[in-house]
Amino acid sequence: MEVRPRSMSRQHRLLWFVLTTAVYLLHQDVWFWSEARPLVLGFLPVGLAYHAGYCLLASVLLWGLTRFTWPAHLDEDARR
Amino acid sequence: MIPALFVFAYLALILYIGIFAWRGGPGRVGAEDYFLAGRSLGPVVFLLSLFGTNMTAFTILGSAGHAFTNGIVTFGLMASASAFVIPLTLFFVGTRLWSLGKRHGFITPVQMLRDRWDCSHIGTVIFALQAALLVPYIIIGVVGGGTALRAISGGFVPYWLGGAIVALVVMAYVFLGGMRGTAWVNAFQTVLFLSFGAAAFLIIDNAIGGFPAAMEALLADPDTAPLLTRERISPWYFFSYTFIPLSTIAFPHIAIFCFTARRLVQFRYTAILYPICIMAIWLPCVFLGVAANAMTSAPAIASKLEARQALAAAPASLPEEERAELHRRAAGDDVIPTMLEAFAPLWLAGLLGAGIMAAVMSSTDSQILALSTMFTEDVFTYYGGTARFGERVQVRMGRAFIVLLTIVAYAIALRVPQNIFDLAVQYAFSGYAATSPILVAALFWKRSTKWGALAVALWVMCAVGLNVYAPDALSWFGLLPVVPMTIMSCLLMAAVSLLTPPPPRATLARYGWQGP
Repeated sequence: MEVRPRSMSRQHRLLWFVLTTAVYLLHQDVWFWSEARPLVLGFLPVGLAYHAGYCLLASVLLWGLTRFTWPAHLDEDARR
Repeated sequence: MIPALFVFAYLALILYIGIFAWRGGPGRVGAEDYFLAGRSLGPVVFLLSLFGTNMTAFTILGSAGHAFTNGIVTFGLMASASAFVIPLTLFFVGTRLWSLGKRHGFITPVQMLRDRWDCSHIGTVIFALQAALLVPYIIIGVVGGGTALRAISGGFVPYWLGGAIVALVVMAYVFLGGMRGTAWVNAFQTVLFLSFGAAAFLIIDNAIGGFPAAMEALLADPDTAPLLTRERISPWYFFSYTFIPLSTIAFPHIAIFCFTARRLVQFRYTAILYPICIMAIWLPCVFLGVAANAMTSAPAIASKLEARQALAAAPASLPEEERAELHRRAAGDDVIPTMLEAFAPLWLAGLLGAGIMAAVMSSTDSQILALSTMFTEDVFTYYGGTARFGERVQVRMGRAFIVLLTIVAYAIALRVPQNIFDLAVQYAFSGYAATSPILVAALFWKRSTKWGALAVALWVMCAVGLNVYAPDALSWFGLLPVVPMTIMSCLLMAAVSLLTPPPPRATLARYGWQGP
């Protein structure tokens, strides 16, 4: 599937910058720092389960970035 | 010995794939064919090979070993931070590298930097720095190969022989197949070790009667309960690990690999799926490493735990040699092979052992090829070798370098008994992360200059040296040295660039910028 180039407004850029920064900061989950329980699925300490979920969140963000901020002009530059 | 036979059969198979790729490629190869597979890699091979290239011996052996000693924090430190930062850098930096490579014919990042800043010898300084930082990483691969084969064979294959076998196999398919052979082998290896994690998890879960009981046992013991939390490390230390994945895009083998994609859109699939691949391999390995603390029925693991307790109770006056011996016994780098030996059927342990070998070799091969590519392109060709002797000699030179480099790496690996993880972090990761501002500035900041790049390169050389000889010198405020190193690199790039003349208008125009 080819992604069509889109022009981005300043608000859009800001939105994606804020979202990316927010996901970066979510890595620092001090709220589960000293907790092992609950054991998710009966065996996964909550801190470990959180970071497994974080990987999925990262994938979703990357989907959004590559869908809505795709640098299609680079394809044209490469052909020049 | 049966698991080792499986591993040997696996080594023969990947050798065949490497040779098959070599024979399936164009008959007489030029430099771009040999070093970049003709910029023709499709989406599946690009994703799998790029991911495999970035997974090392540490991914399976070191991560489980680190988790065995430090607990679940290993995943947050190294896996989930990478799952976000690496695809982000591939998206922002990798796509731009690909475009410039396609447009200007670049094969290495140093070629791009030389062109971008009209610099000659400064490019050579950056080449030297990148090469010096990459060599220890290659050694890790050989060390990992030797360690894994020794563990998988139950000690039948000694460390020196295991390292030699791995080095020879990798050298053979890289030598013959170049980037095409390396990428095909890596794609196959990635599939294997991605399935390794889930398989090992299910097999061991079944063998020990379920992980919930193991976790409850760890939680019930005050000595092991903290392994399931992060209370033993500071949040600042944890935060500083998010800087380490910046090293990935600065690694020459990853940056060079960005030139191999056939189409830009391949970066899209790679960026989206990369975090999921990270989770698939790291989560089981880290979990198994932690869970190993409850598997005291395995004598080898019980011995490690005893050594750890002895180390904790040892008086300060304990002789250094005895302390080192306890550290060696307590180390967890071989904890996964040990678990497989104890809890999996022999033939299955062998099959899973092949997965470990896949992770070990999938990065070592790319690193050897990258260093050879850099040497031939950034030194041999740049200083007139190709113009004088022709492209065929250039490829031969690259192949000769691969042989030489592998022999040197093996010789050093025999003399470096250091923990895999320490070696990687101390030398390669921090140094490369701190050089990433060079690449970012070249691609995104038109006012950046070669003098700024030189300042960063010199700073990183000094900082890595300081790090080796005085490990705490740059550990400010409880942060890893990589944080001040990277921040200082950014400041130096900005300050020195602003104090020196900008690149000429014609150069900037080639990169799509108007004049300074």
